[in-house]
Amino acid sequence: MLHYLWLIPALPLFGFFVLAVTGGRLPKPIAGAVGTASVGLSMLAVLAVWVQVSFAPLPNGGHTQVLWRWMTVSDFTPTVSLYVDHLALIMMSVVTFVSFLIHLYSNEYMETDDGYSRFFAYMNLFVGSMLILVMAGNLLFFYVGWEGVGLCSYLLIGFWYDNADFDRAARKAFIVTRIGDTAMAIGFFLLFNSLGTLNIQELMHRAAANWTVGQGMAIAGSALILGGAVGKSAQFPLQVWLPDAMAGPTPVSALIHAATMVTAGVYIIARTHVLFALAPSIQLLVAIIGALTLLIAGFSALGQNDIKRILAYSTISQIGYMFLALGVGAWAAGIFHLMTHAFFKALLFLAAGVVIHAMDGEHDIFKMGGLRKTLKVAFWPFLIGSAALTALPLITAGYYSKDLILTNAFTARNGAWWLWVMGIVGAGLTGLYIFRAVFVAFFGEAKRPVIHYPKLRIVIPLLVLSCLSIVGGFVEIPPHLGDIEAFTNFMASALPAVLLNQQPVSSVTLAWLQIAAGLVAIGSICFAAKLFARRAPLFNMLARSRGGRAIKQFWAVGCGFDWVYLRTLKRPYRRLAYINRNDVVDAVYTGVAAMTRGFYYLLSMTQTGRLRWYAAGIAAGMVAFVALAVWR
Amino acid sequence: MPIAFYISALIAIGATLLTVTRYNAIHALLYLVVSLLAVAVVFYTLGAPFAAALEVIIYAGAIMVLFVFVVMMLNIADMAGRERRWLNARMWIGPGAMSLVLFGEIIYMLIAGPVKAQPVHYVGPAAVGVALYTRYVLAVEIASMLLLAGLIGAYHLGRRDRGRRPGREA
Amino acid sequence: MVAIVPDYGIWLAAILFAIGMAGLLVRRNIVFMLMSIEIMLNAAGLVFIVGGSRWDQADGQVLFLLILALAAAEVAIGLALILLFHRRYQTLDADAANRLRG
Repeated sequence: MLHYLWLIPALPLFGFFVLAVTGGRLPKPIAGAVGTASVGLSMLAVLAVWVQVSFAPLPNGGHTQVLWRWMTVSDFTPTVSLYVDHLALIMMSVVTFVSFLIHLYSNEYMETDDGYSRFFAYMNLFVGSMLILVMAGNLLFFYVGWEGVGLCSYLLIGFWYDNADFDRAARKAFIVTRIGDTAMAIGFFLLFNSLGTLNIQELMHRAAANWTVGQGMAIAGSALILGGAVGKSAQFPLQVWLPDAMAGPTPVSALIHAATMVTAGVYIIARTHVLFALAPSIQLLVAIIGALTLLIAGFSALGQNDIKRILAYSTISQIGYMFLALGVGAWAAGIFHLMTHAFFKALLFLAAGVVIHAMDGEHDIFKMGGLRKTLKVAFWPFLIGSAALTALPLITAGYYSKDLILTNAFTARNGAWWLWVMGIVGAGLTGLYIFRAVFVAFFGEAKRPVIHYPKLRIVIPLLVLSCLSIVGGFVEIPPHLGDIEAFTNFMASALPAVLLNQQPVSSVTLAWLQIAAGLVAIGSICFAAKLFARRAPLFNMLARSRGGRAIKQFWAVGCGFDWVYLRTLKRPYRRLAYINRNDVVDAVYTGVAAMTRGFYYLLSMTQTGRLRWYAAGIAAGMVAFVALAVWR
Repeated sequence: MPIAFYISALIAIGATLLTVTRYNAIHALLYLVVSLLAVAVVFYTLGAPFAAALEVIIYAGAIMVLFVFVVMMLNIADMAGRERRWLNARMWIGPGAMSLVLFGEIIYMLIAGPVKAQPVHYVGPAAVGVALYTRYVLAVEIASMLLLAGLIGAYHLGRRDRGRRPGREA
Repeated sequence: MVAIVPDYGIWLAAILFAIGMAGLLVRRNIVFMLMSIEIMLNAAGLVFIVGGSRWDQADGQVLFLLILALAAAEVAIGLALILLFHRRYQTLDADAANRLRG
């Protein structure tokens, strides 16, 4: 089976090819079937790999399949190769499985859209690129996938391209991630320049062998890769594109901006963990960025009224948790949270999609209400997803992954108590904002009638993801509660274990940490209920006051980042472009032409047409020549 | 004998100066004739009587006469007045300077080397004739062709054709 | 013949040539310009005679004769052109023909 590894990314790309070539001429059911089936087959292929791996473990922890040599330029000979180890296997599974469910969902969700075939073409291209990204054996091929998902993100955000605002959002996403992409490319150049290879495993070996901790090149390389990850995963300071990316259709938001593309940054950091281990300052920076982002995004989510924007900020916040995990050295925990987050965030987005369709396109939660009774098919998934997001103790997948991160933040050698505090505050915020959405949209009295009920192709994915959001965490249970370490053990062959503190933390402290986390989760839900289910008079007063409204406004614009970027980057750049609108470089070329023209005018003045002038010219020339002859 | 050379040289220079500064064309031409005659005397003092004779007969006798005929034929009214307007002292600065520079350069070349008196050799017409028709016979033929071309050209250019259509260029 | 410094012949030629050139550049009337050219040609011929005298060769006078032929042909054509010019522009102003201006 491993011989057919290439089928996994190739099948969705083939689906894209078919859909692109037929260009909308296929009838909708067939186009949808092509799109979904290609991803489905890819998923089955991944399953086959699982089966094989369970019987025969991968040699050296990973299997490489070289497809062909890409180019030969003196001593630079990259190949197109696929590498699969346990980390890649988990990622592949998440990507194909969630993609398949979302494709199924989209079959019904995008039914009425004219760009149906185009949608599935782009989605297939995206899945293919994401799989390339995950399975790439060298950084060059990885970059192909990275760019591919960026392109598809742009295409899908701007899917309804008639709308200028959506186009702007698509461009914003592309340009902001481009900043990160450039940094990452430079990082790859530096790594190649100093270590001589782009093959990821080889690179990691050479780095570990040749570099010491704190080596300058390691710091530079990992910092630049971090730059790329920050861009793609929408972390501070490049998180501004993700909320606007909600302009795309809801399945796009579910797939790309929740479960897969935005996690690519987490993936690359995990892949190049050796570099980060060699640059502790950068690793600390990863953790700090994660912690800062999760707080900024958490507050921003509290100020949003649009249900999709709440979920967007929530995504930013949760990826901040993953960065936090990576930053303290809990690599496996970060990936674990990536997996559970994929499940419940996709679930939340899909449920939100059902709500939006039911409310005839309305996004504002304050214009919805009472959907608990009228739209049960969306209420229960959304509730389960919210519970998972809040890390409701014991019964949700989110609890186990988030709890693992928080514990490691406290107990790891690279961790710190203040990181833990930021994580806990973030957890409280999470419960608050998501249950604000739950209570406002689903409880209370109905403000709009439901006009559309979903059918089987939407309900099945919701069902499957709901189950996963509950049981998906049971592969990793903390010591007190059952001590299952299946996930970390599985990842051990690919990612190193977390380095713990010098003096181990007592189990009592551990227990208190977990109780605190659980209490914060439950407490935030109750607080949200108090505030939003039945409007408390104190809260009303605070909210309506000048200060309250100002704070809400500040949170609503994402804590002012767009404002800052507008003034520090966009306006000066536009002014510079305006100043240079005639292109100073062009002036060199037009300058040459103008100079020639000037000489022409000068010389044409010597042609007066007058006989005596010409005679004088001849005489003067003669005099000059004679002078030349005399003085030679 | 050298005195003849110096006197005729002075006359030549003076006559030439007067030629280029006259307002009336006929006066200038006559002065030019005088200059040419003086130069012919200079030729004679340099031992070239044949050249002196040619100068008088052809240059002063034919070419200048041709000039005079044409000027009289043109019959310009008030030529002197016009010339007076066109010629003023300021005009002389540039050309005068350039001529002086040229003159200076030539003189510089002349006095750069050692100056010693050379004898003047007499070259008679017989020697000239022999050289002309033995060594330079080809040049004679070509010169005659040149004169033929000049003749035909002058005839054609000076012709007034009858029945010329109006608006045609000359 | 008593020795004369033939160099003085070239001095004379130089002076005549300079005067001719000045006359060519200063005068606006075409006839005078042609006259100045004749002066210059004559001066050039004088140089040849001086050379022939100094080196005791007939070549100087031969060349003078050829220059004379040249001058004759040139004057003929030149005067014919002056006639045409006068017919066309009704004036002898050299500046009148300036249509080849750049």
